[in-house]
Amino acid sequence: MSTSVEAAREAPAPTRPVKQPLSDRAKAERRLGLWLAGPAFVIMLAVTAYPILLALWESLFKYRLTAPADREFVGLGNYATILSDGLFWRDLGVTVLITVITVVVELILGFALALVMNSALKAVRGWLRTAILVPYGIITVVSAFAWFYAFDINSGYINSWFSWVPGIDADLNWFADTWTALFVIMASEIWKTTPFISLLLLAGLAQVPGELTEAAEVDGATWWQRMSKVIIPNMKAAIMVAVLFRALDAFRIFDNVYIMTNGAYGTEVLSLLAYRTSITRLEIGMGSAVSVLLFVCVIIICFIAIKLFKVDLTGARGGN
Amino acid sequence: MPKDARHWGRTRKGARAAVGVALALGATLLTGCGTDEGAAPTLTWYINPDAGGQAELAKQCTEASGGAYTIETSLLPNDAASQREQLARRLAAGDKSMDIMSLDPPNVPEYAEPGYLAPVPADVAERTTQGVLEGALAGAKWKDEVVAVPFWANTQILWYRKSVAQAAGLDMSKPVTWDQIIEAAKSQDKYIGVQGARAESMTVWVNALVESAGGTIVENPDAPADELKLGLDTEAGKQAAEVVSTIGKEGLGGPGLPTQTENTSMIQFQGDQGSFMVNYPFVWPATNASVEEGALPDTLIDDIGWTLYPAMTEGEETAPPLGGINLGVGSNSQHPDLAYQAIECIVSPENQAQYFATNGNPPSNEDAYNDPSVTETFPMAPTIRDSLELAKPRPQTPYYNEISTGIQQTWTPPSDVNPDSTPATSQEFIIEVLRGEKLL
Repeated sequence: MSTSVEAAREAPAPTRPVKQPLSDRAKAERRLGLWLAGPAFVIMLAVTAYPILLALWESLFKYRLTAPADREFVGLGNYATILSDGLFWRDLGVTVLITVITVVVELILGFALALVMNSALKAVRGWLRTAILVPYGIITVVSAFAWFYAFDINSGYINSWFSWVPGIDADLNWFADTWTALFVIMASEIWKTTPFISLLLLAGLAQVPGELTEAAEVDGATWWQRMSKVIIPNMKAAIMVAVLFRALDAFRIFDNVYIMTNGAYGTEVLSLLAYRTSITRLEIGMGSAVSVLLFVCVIIICFIAIKLFKVDLTGARGGN
Repeated sequence: MPKDARHWGRTRKGARAAVGVALALGATLLTGCGTDEGAAPTLTWYINPDAGGQAELAKQCTEASGGAYTIETSLLPNDAASQREQLARRLAAGDKSMDIMSLDPPNVPEYAEPGYLAPVPADVAERTTQGVLEGALAGAKWKDEVVAVPFWANTQILWYRKSVAQAAGLDMSKPVTWDQIIEAAKSQDKYIGVQGARAESMTVWVNALVESAGGTIVENPDAPADELKLGLDTEAGKQAAEVVSTIGKEGLGGPGLPTQTENTSMIQFQGDQGSFMVNYPFVWPATNASVEEGALPDTLIDDIGWTLYPAMTEGEETAPPLGGINLGVGSNSQHPDLAYQAIECIVSPENQAQYFATNGNPPSNEDAYNDPSVTETFPMAPTIRDSLELAKPRPQTPYYNEISTGIQQTWTPPSDVNPDSTPATSQEFIIEVLRGEKLL
């Protein structure tokens, strides 16, 4: 069983073809391609690159929306203020904590659900997938409100339902303490987005060649061996996509925190800090600097994920 | 060939249809964008959510104008902070539709300082401020000038359960202090209704406590950000922290205190654990409505009493919180004269009385309290009027938002407040934020 896997892994990479001069037809096709893709490219630049560059430029100023006359160039001063402030690092810590815990739990739960969906009887497979996907279909703000009202000390029912659990009683105010509030925020996040991961992993499972698992089974591999030596390595690209997408999503978490605690009592995340600085305080310069730092963090996450998994998504063909 | 012809025919038909649609659309757009010389100008009034009272006043004043203008309302977001954000963004962008705006008093200086508000004509200012209660007028001024027109004024009063006060032996016909209600609630094992959430309501509470203790949060409100002097780290600040800390540490606010807002305080007050509560007049119509629906017992209404906001020291005057709405005109409005004409109509004492009776928002003009419909609907109207006379606005400075958020972050949860350190920590933090040395 491992022979075929190793063989597949060790297959030589395709060699780069020698550059040939382009034919007239190829040139014409390339020109047509440029004309077809050009407008989309320009629009992409307008809606993504322009705001990013503008944010970079604005972050170099001390600029408050309601005091336009006091606008002043401060260079990297805003970044120095942010990076030397404990609040930024605390918010970064909370964001990383939420990202790591939710992604790990979602990955485990999502994989289990994907296995269930994959091996379920054909007759119930469609229903099962639909049922599992329901939470993901709910708008995040709506699910955040639902979780908030369930746990709120005034309107919630969780305290009375779970009063038999040690530590939970009628007086437990979930949103008045960092850890209980973070627990609810993370639980709602996990509940909502585990279906997304499970769906991605299900697609990965479907890509694992059946003959490999069958060969492994014939060779006498245990369930765990088949999982760790055949299935998971062959799903690497799918896992990477799931982790990357969810990590980026979790790192940009906003709705749940905004609705449930508005960042109170140590639950503030980076995107909320950026929002509060830019939108609530109207400090465009400082807010842009926080947003730029958030953007840098997102790029770092992408970089780490791609390096860690050593997957070339452009060349990925399931078993890569 | 026939196939091609059919295609061509379809294409031509399609093209004709498309041209027709485009022309119709263009004509509609041109009509919409063009100015109709004969029609009355439309004034947009950005209103905060209410029970439909502002829309009704817009309709009435449109009719009363005799065709001089038409007022259209545009709804702002639900909470005061989001209303401020939207108005600030529109004003900064030079939006020409900002004809009339419903403004929260503490945000007025932030709009007035950069010149986003059209000056109030002297005659309008004179007419619209006659008979306006002192607290409400203070919230409409910036640098001693009237920059917005007071419309309605809000204030907090002390609501109490007569049975609890009686059992505790408290004479509610005389002014009461925070110490007295703390002792009374403690002796009866009941909860005091205060707003301890990390929200604007916390600033309202702290400001009222500091002002009642004879202090003030900002000593020079019209100074630039880096020169503002705060009065939190003072004896008054310490007294305020003692009240917040006692209620928080001794569990007198109930387990919900760290997330308690005006609405949740009311719900707690209406329950078995209710005793005393500082809150706005909306409590009265809301409680009556719940009793009528059968959600609350009939006996509750008879058990509810009201008096002035608690004082900090016995024998000294209290300084209740001030809220409400002022009306401002954007400096980019294309019809400022008409907008002020409309505002004069909206804020007439009769309209204020109507708005109070129908929507529960107290008038800023003293004359409106003489309207029989007011005392009929709100038996506590005289207490509200007296409270508005004594009310003190929150710091009137363009940097109010920073100060308010700084207070919210350092004075919550109430159980963590330490009278010996919180006022000083809070003051230092806010000053650093105002100097741009710290994030908020």
